[in-house]
Amino acid sequence: MIEIRNLTKVFDLAPARARRALDSAGDRESAVRAAGGVLAVDDVSFSVGRGELFAVMGLSGSGKSTVVRMINRLVEPTAGTVSYEGADVGSMARQELRELRNRRISMVFQHFALFPHRTVRENAAYGLKARGVPKRERLERADKALDQVGLAHRGDSYPDEFSGGMKQRVGLARALTTDPDVLIMDEPFSALDPLTRRAMQEQLLELQQDLGKTIIFVTHDLNEAMRIGDRIMVMKDGRPIQLATGPEIISQPATDYVRDFVSDVDRTRGLTASTVMQDPWVTATLDERPADVLARLEKRPGACAYVTDAEGRIAGITTAEILARAVDEHKPDLGTCVHDDYAAVSGDTPVVEFCHLTGGHAAPLAVVDGAKHLVGVLPRSRVMNAIASVPEEVGERG
Amino acid sequence: MARIPVGDAVESGLQWLTDNAGGVFDAVSAVLLFTVNTVYTVLSAPLPAVLIAIFAVLMIVATRSIGLTVFTVLAFALVVSMNLWAQTLETLAVVIIAAAFSILVGVPAGILAASSARVSFVARPVLDFMQTLPVFVYLVPSVFLFGIGVVPGIAATTVFAIPPAVRLTELGIRQVDGEVLEAARAFGSRPGQVLREVQLPLALPSIMAGVNQVIMLALSMVVVAGLVGAQGLGGVVVNGVTQFNIGTAFEGGIAVVVLAIFLDRVTGALGRSGSARRRPAAALLALVRSKGRRNEPEAAPA
Repeated sequence: MIEIRNLTKVFDLAPARARRALDSAGDRESAVRAAGGVLAVDDVSFSVGRGELFAVMGLSGSGKSTVVRMINRLVEPTAGTVSYEGADVGSMARQELRELRNRRISMVFQHFALFPHRTVRENAAYGLKARGVPKRERLERADKALDQVGLAHRGDSYPDEFSGGMKQRVGLARALTTDPDVLIMDEPFSALDPLTRRAMQEQLLELQQDLGKTIIFVTHDLNEAMRIGDRIMVMKDGRPIQLATGPEIISQPATDYVRDFVSDVDRTRGLTASTVMQDPWVTATLDERPADVLARLEKRPGACAYVTDAEGRIAGITTAEILARAVDEHKPDLGTCVHDDYAAVSGDTPVVEFCHLTGGHAAPLAVVDGAKHLVGVLPRSRVMNAIASVPEEVGERG
Repeated sequence: MARIPVGDAVESGLQWLTDNAGGVFDAVSAVLLFTVNTVYTVLSAPLPAVLIAIFAVLMIVATRSIGLTVFTVLAFALVVSMNLWAQTLETLAVVIIAAAFSILVGVPAGILAASSARVSFVARPVLDFMQTLPVFVYLVPSVFLFGIGVVPGIAATTVFAIPPAVRLTELGIRQVDGEVLEAARAFGSRPGQVLREVQLPLALPSIMAGVNQVIMLALSMVVVAGLVGAQGLGGVVVNGVTQFNIGTAFEGGIAVVVLAIFLDRVTGALGRSGSARRRPAAALLALVRSKGRRNEPEAAPA
């Protein structure tokens, strides 16, 4: 849907001089610097498909914001082309470009960029006002968009009465009111506190399920890029250094620079119960005799074993002490030897969501599949090791 | 070193203007005189008490200050009792016209300067020149062009008062958050729309501060204009000083101060209270309510 070819931007130089510097043989960056310019974006190419969530990730000065601003020509490219559904954006006349910005591509900004002198509803309606939609209709549509982002009935407030998260919702509503095909989001959640940021990320993903927009999402946070992006383009010094899906970036970082970022990623996100679990040391079925189970367990003093029924579902947990007493009292039925002091999680649960359960019971956590069959156990030490483990291991397991 | 004949050049330029463009200046003079007289006629039509009441209402709406409103009533009553009411109105008319012209020229010039670095670069020394050249230096040439009376005073006042309007308009527009501007453009606004809907409203506090400065400068010049035959408080002060009539001069001076405080507080408050401007009805409501329960601070919604 959006095709970007060899996009390059030089700041602080007249376009003709900048192009001459770029054409010179040898190192483009030093040529541009020698001419007195700054090479902000250097030969970036990528394409974004319809409905894709495309993340552009890089630190400040990496040129990520400049790249996305060249898509709607808020920044004029020095060289290279942007095509939107086959149309060359660079050669669009002013009126055509305004149409593109107004109807096709909306933008959300880092510091919200709301109009402080207008109500929230008027802010949300801004794109339609610029389009010349009659007042009643545009305010109605603004209310609809505010409703979508969870700000129904707050339209009469002014932006300065809102918290950061709410302001950015207004920013999002303003971008959605024009019903664009593409959303360019320039670090939209970077100015928010971590909890709000997380909530906004989730809300965006939920909204995206309904709306199916094409979203280009700029961020300096690889965690955020991985949570949101279908694909991630990592940028450094104006150049793209890796374009891949999140798991690919984690398992195969292209350079040491990317590896550094990956080491910062919250590893537990890729870890689920089934990637961390191990086989149970000892299991027993209900039709066994306590003495036989005890014999198997006795090698591990203080140990316990999950007892399953004939179908492999957990019936309860038993310990060496209980079994020994049962043998002393000549009770033949293992069913009287179980208790339910255990916890179970399903295989696809992320580590972050169950690590607080480890250690809550004497027995390790049980991992069950959809039919409640016991498939593995999660000893506390194993969970802790997994959280502390190197990313390569996650890649292999995931 | 050879003498560069700057003075001769100015004189012959002025002479050329009076010889060749005298008609233009006469026409301008006639128009200015007519507008000032019209404003004065309107101001002096109601009884002093009625006009003072209007001033008091203006003050309370703009500043929401009971104290300043009481001051307004008492101070203008003092002016009436000093028999300087007519002269005060003449001065006010001149200030209004001079300020209006300054704003009419200065604000668009400021918009232009904000939109182009080149215009800004050229405008800066011109504004410095207008602001720092001693007033008398162009007061006399304007007598040459417009003749004795109120008109050269207005012309000199206008020249003197334009710079703050230009500077503060430019400053206000340049201070508008770049991301907000970008947002307006990103939604496909035309440059004119951006100016009208975003830049000017957000620059308004700064522009209003410029208007306040313009009015204060105009008032200070009006007294000087008394030297070239402008009537009003300037004439009163000049007569008092030249005839060693210290009492008269003081009375005129006090009337000027009253007018200055009134104009400054009203226009200054308009510049500061963004919320009052944004929602005048709400501001009025808040005023009424805050009078109702004065013990509750911050009863007024922001």
